[in-house]
Amino acid sequence: MGLIESGKMPKPLTKLLNISRRYSLWVYQWGLACCAIEMGATFGSARYDVMRLGVIPFPASPRQADLVVISGTVTDKMAPSIVRLYEQMPDPKYVISMGSCANCGGPYWDSYSVTKGVDQLIPVDVYVPGCPPRPEALLEGIVLLQERIQNEDISARWRGEPIVVN
Amino acid sequence: MNTTTREQMAYIAGQAADARLNVELETEGMTLNIGPQHPATHGTLRIVARLDGEQVIEAEPIMGYMHRGYEKLTEVRTYPQVTTLINRIDWLGSFANEVPFILAAEQLMEIEAPPRAQWIRTILFELSRIANISLFLGDMGVQLGALTPVFYAFRDREFVLNQIEAVTGGRFHPNFDRIGGLKDDLPAGWIEETREVLGKMRTFCDELEDLLMGNEIFEVRTRGIGIIPADVGLSYGLSGANIRASGVDWDIRRDNPCGLVYDELDWQVWTHPDGDSFARYWVRLQEVREATKMIEQLFDGLPSGPIMAKVPRIIKVPAGEAYVETENPLGAMGYYIVSQGELVPFRVKIRSASFNNLSIAPWLLKGVYVPDIITILASLYFILGDIDR
Repeated sequence: MGLIESGKMPKPLTKLLNISRRYSLWVYQWGLACCAIEMGATFGSARYDVMRLGVIPFPASPRQADLVVISGTVTDKMAPSIVRLYEQMPDPKYVISMGSCANCGGPYWDSYSVTKGVDQLIPVDVYVPGCPPRPEALLEGIVLLQERIQNEDISARWRGEPIVVN
Repeated sequence: MNTTTREQMAYIAGQAADARLNVELETEGMTLNIGPQHPATHGTLRIVARLDGEQVIEAEPIMGYMHRGYEKLTEVRTYPQVTTLINRIDWLGSFANEVPFILAAEQLMEIEAPPRAQWIRTILFELSRIANISLFLGDMGVQLGALTPVFYAFRDREFVLNQIEAVTGGRFHPNFDRIGGLKDDLPAGWIEETREVLGKMRTFCDELEDLLMGNEIFEVRTRGIGIIPADVGLSYGLSGANIRASGVDWDIRRDNPCGLVYDELDWQVWTHPDGDSFARYWVRLQEVREATKMIEQLFDGLPSGPIMAKVPRIIKVPAGEAYVETENPLGAMGYYIVSQGELVPFRVKIRSASFNNLSIAPWLLKGVYVPDIITILASLYFILGDIDR
């Protein structure tokens, strides 16, 4: 992997690498509130069948995961655990924020105990709106994230440059 | 195992662990931290268990990871806005959360919903019970290592959610109940579709009975595990299927059907004398079956007429206090509203079932083995939003 570290990745190799990464996303399910049930319906039910998109929803721990779906209300008491588990995930890692609560606080925008947006704690790649979002919406979010991964230059990511999606 | 021997066992195990701490080169008591994010805890519950080998000496649930401040938020929301919020307390049976609040507000305003609205309310109430408990029926299997039931549960639950969505427009959070009636009438052809779905749910119950109840592993892991004697359960304030599984014949639907039409139906309250995890599962399975029968009876007797009473455009609830309790899927749920005649409630106290159902956990987990923690917590069936609010 000397090529990546030196910052020179041939284009075809990047493309090949990205196709592989795109269709083998191991997703860690972070179920917090109502959205957890819709996430369970997306990942666990035969009707929506998320595995046809190359998403595998059964990692045993965050250390094996590429993607985490933060679904539900993030409270101030929960916040340190979220940061800690995010830090346990190996790079490159992606975050989908599912539902209004995780996006911005949602119906609890004036609550004293709710963190208004998980993006205050960890960087978020895709926001899925809705209260709760339908399973189809979460699938759309996953497809968007896959497009983003496809257009990503892994060596640029290692250098810390922002991702530009065409 | 009765109460005395259980307490004696826990005492002996505790003494043994404490004594061992003083002896060199011996194993110490271990502290096991379950959660706050663990699939077996239905959300973000954390349990700190002190172990002696495989045995639990004491277990303490730590709550508040899902505390959203409902009771404070209701003080700055108008009455119609509150229903939007309280949908999300018990997110699996959302419609059932609205009903007691609306009934309490109606009691203060001294208005009554028209008969048709009351019947449709009862139909949706029971549908949300099916949607809620059917997930439990699959989830209990998953926690004991049987993966198939949860896939069946998610498959068949979709049908019920579709029917709820067809009426209310929301899969999860209908926000359909209004003070004085309902937002809308049933759509055309809905009743026939729902009858088909009810048939599917009965098949689902039969399937689970075949899959799980006849399963030897399931029986071994649930029978005699987590026994709640009736008097202990009552003293901890247990309600719903948890207390009915201990042989207490108490159901608010039958005993005090305030505002809902349960007294016009022919149905039965299911109880089980054992009080163990298996009994709790069995009672809930029968309740789903009973709910499908109740909904069919409700369809047969559905009266015609308006669905909304005469209600002022701007709702101001007169000063006073009211408490209404209903039998929600998880147990007794009630709202105590204090009004001072303004647009917003002065104070709302929410009595949710799961908080009391979980409060027995430290007593129940004393002296059990580690795998049984999962069985007991799964069979108590709580939802974290309902505990922390």
